[in-house]
Amino acid sequence: MWSLNKISDNIHHWLNQQFSPTWALIFEMVIAGICVISLFAMLGLILVLMERKVSAWMQIRLGPNRVGPKGIFQSLADTVKLLVKEGMTPDGADKLLFNLAPFIAMIVAMLLMAPIAFAKDFQLWDLNIGVLYVSAVSSIMVISILMAGWASNNKYSLMGAMRSGAQIVSYELSAGLSILTIVVLTGSLKISDIINAQADGWWIFKGHIPVIIAFVIFIIAVTAETNRAPFDLAEAESELTAGFHTEYSGMKFALFFLAEYVNVFIVCAIGATLFLGGWMPLHIGHWQAFNHVMDYVPSSIWFFGKTFFLIFLIMWFRWTFPRLRIDQLLNLEWKYLLPISMFNILLATAVAILGWHF
Amino acid sequence: MYRNTDIINEGSQSPSFGEAGDLVINVGPQHPATHGVLHLVITLNGETIKKVEPHLGYIHRSIEKMCESLTYRQFIYVTSRMDYLSSHINNHACALCVEKGMQIEVPERAQVIRVLMDELTRIASHELWWGAMAMDIGAFTPFFHAFRERETINEIMEDTCGARLTMNYMVPGGVMADIHPEFQKKVKGFITLFKSKVDEYAELLTGNIIFKNRMKDVGVLSKEDAISFGCTGPVARGSGVSCDIRKWYPYEIYDKLDFEEIIETAGDSLARYMVRLREMKQSVRIIEQLIDNIPEGDFQAKTKAVLKLPKGEFYSRVETARGEFGVYIVSEGATTPYRIKFRSPGFSNLSALDHMARGSKLGDLVAMMGTLDLVIPDIDR
Amino acid sequence: MANEELKTKITELLATATFEEGGEWLNIVIAPQDWLLFAQQLRNDESLQFDFLFCLTCIDWKTNLTMVYHLRSTKYRHNIVVRSILDRNKPEIASVSGIWKTAVFHEREAYEMFGVDFLDHPDLRLLILPDGWEGKNPMRKDFEDAVNMIKL
Repeated sequence: MWSLNKISDNIHHWLNQQFSPTWALIFEMVIAGICVISLFAMLGLILVLMERKVSAWMQIRLGPNRVGPKGIFQSLADTVKLLVKEGMTPDGADKLLFNLAPFIAMIVAMLLMAPIAFAKDFQLWDLNIGVLYVSAVSSIMVISILMAGWASNNKYSLMGAMRSGAQIVSYELSAGLSILTIVVLTGSLKISDIINAQADGWWIFKGHIPVIIAFVIFIIAVTAETNRAPFDLAEAESELTAGFHTEYSGMKFALFFLAEYVNVFIVCAIGATLFLGGWMPLHIGHWQAFNHVMDYVPSSIWFFGKTFFLIFLIMWFRWTFPRLRIDQLLNLEWKYLLPISMFNILLATAVAILGWHF
Repeated sequence: MYRNTDIINEGSQSPSFGEAGDLVINVGPQHPATHGVLHLVITLNGETIKKVEPHLGYIHRSIEKMCESLTYRQFIYVTSRMDYLSSHINNHACALCVEKGMQIEVPERAQVIRVLMDELTRIASHELWWGAMAMDIGAFTPFFHAFRERETINEIMEDTCGARLTMNYMVPGGVMADIHPEFQKKVKGFITLFKSKVDEYAELLTGNIIFKNRMKDVGVLSKEDAISFGCTGPVARGSGVSCDIRKWYPYEIYDKLDFEEIIETAGDSLARYMVRLREMKQSVRIIEQLIDNIPEGDFQAKTKAVLKLPKGEFYSRVETARGEFGVYIVSEGATTPYRIKFRSPGFSNLSALDHMARGSKLGDLVAMMGTLDLVIPDIDR
Repeated sequence: MANEELKTKITELLATATFEEGGEWLNIVIAPQDWLLFAQQLRNDESLQFDFLFCLTCIDWKTNLTMVYHLRSTKYRHNIVVRSILDRNKPEIASVSGIWKTAVFHEREAYEMFGVDFLDHPDLRLLILPDGWEGKNPMRKDFEDAVNMIKL
């Protein structure tokens, strides 16, 4: 059976045979870095194309179909265009912050790649507070948006940034609480523990109502956190032209764009890990035969399949829902989602203590 | 000679900055939500709108002045460029006014064709409005769905008039050419298509809870205000004002047709939205009544080559997709009008925007502008 | 109300009003100084209720400027036309923006296009013409554009 961890193990052994352990570690780090950067770029290209194809499908049109077969090189061509474009800095902008902001957005997105388990035993850093790390680091995203909005010296940008700040800080709570539901059920913050706890069934199936509620809230909250429609108030183009990235052009704009898509991937990966078992194949209790058949599908396929399903869900939202207004957005969080999440976590705790879950 | 045009800020000395905490932003003339070159200077306090001040003139071509040097046959086609989405109905108003002055009897066939074309234009205009308004409030997909049906109408128009947007099909005394042989078949095809799709609209947008929350109680215009601000068309009818020119002062064959005047009483954006959606169905109803009953005969009355309106004043009005469009011709008996005034619906409707928007959120402004259905060349003329 | 009834009613309201024949609607000519009071009467009189100002414009007759107001009642559905002849060199008339709010915009348009000064208008500034417009009023008959020399 083909799997990613065997490849990584082979590389690890080969490097340790050839070099001293220190050098081997350094080489492994370099390889991991290259992999993350190329994954980052690949995800950007694939997700932009996917978004355009999904939107085209929903809008009864074809979408990109000129560059390459079925337009698969369209986003590559766009990237080249953005690379050669002039990156302008407006007059009166805070030059340091203005130029720093897109990189912070990108760095945050890259840091979030660390604890994600892409396949069985294929993870950069299985730290023992994995889930906490994810929710902590993803909050830094708001700083880059605030930076961009403030430094642009543009009223639209500033308003977009302020909206985004209020939005991300609010929805962080619900996202955190819905993640906690799973932590309560699993008893661990470690990503690998959470996945292994789902070996006999994913949490969405065996966690009863609290997990389903948590899953719905999680999806809503992360859609808001990544500034995706219907919560794209930070860049509401009919109100604020383009919100916080109004003044950005060329590659600096592309980095924001890329960071947004990679963030979507990451939150969906986290969602898939917590609720849909990450790389864990679909196992049902003690049906050994069925579980064995499922094991034949490589774990990386399981992981990416689930993640892309969630990404599709979020894209579906974007292309069918109108945008919320800022007060409705905050009402939704503080008046509905937060109380529900708080109640839900109590429910989940009761379920966990009483052992009602499967 | 003119007074200062700086932004007036009550209680403030400085002309360009408001009170402390106020943010003055320019929406337009290049802005995705203004659908053209409308320039709104908005004073905000946080996200709350304190004042909206329209600055017009970015696409002002002074059509009224231009018309003073065009003959009565020529000036009709300039008016296509005003409200380009219901250009056909604008032309209709001008043709009616000239006919009124010249006392031309329009053949019945021409009248039926005109009404058919008017209603098709109205549907096309409302389709575009529906898509564009949905896009304003952040739903992108309806735009393409609306354009699917609008495209069919455009094809019908192209067959008969030779153009898709500025049709220029009306002449004093009738229409320029007879309808295309395929016209009836295609219109029937369109009706079948439209009827099967119009409920999809409700499914896609109207029933959406986010959409309802965005539209309900947003931009409320009371009945008294709607009348006072001179609002007409779906804007006024959304506020409970009965103002359909087709019912009140029927022209052509509208008095013989069976259709309802759609009136909603809430006065908010949702009411204006529902008026337009239901109006499309009424237009289809009118088309259904006429499409099989186009009488035989001339499509154009015999008129003199050079038209000279007698000395006097003539006013005619029609119901365009946006409201009451009036043409006021002052004639001195020459081949060109002495003075022409176009009473465009958008201009009056826009004047209500400030009143509606005060105190609401910035996000509401686009919903209001969307449901006012502003067409900027119609406002600027 | 039919035109004849309107005529008698309006004569009761304003004895100085004269009537012009021709046209489908009743044409009333009044002096500019009577306008504000007369407009209030037209708007508020129980049997008239002209609550809808659907067209407000000005005509440059080279010797004078004529303001034309088209009024309609949304209740009784009757229409009238009120006109008032202004001095071309010093055109002044009371603003009716307090009675019909739509006049705010329409009067601003007439102000910049014809130079009519509407007294007590709340916000009489340029609406369509660009800021800092210098020169004559574009819609007057003697207007000559120094930039666009093309004559039609």
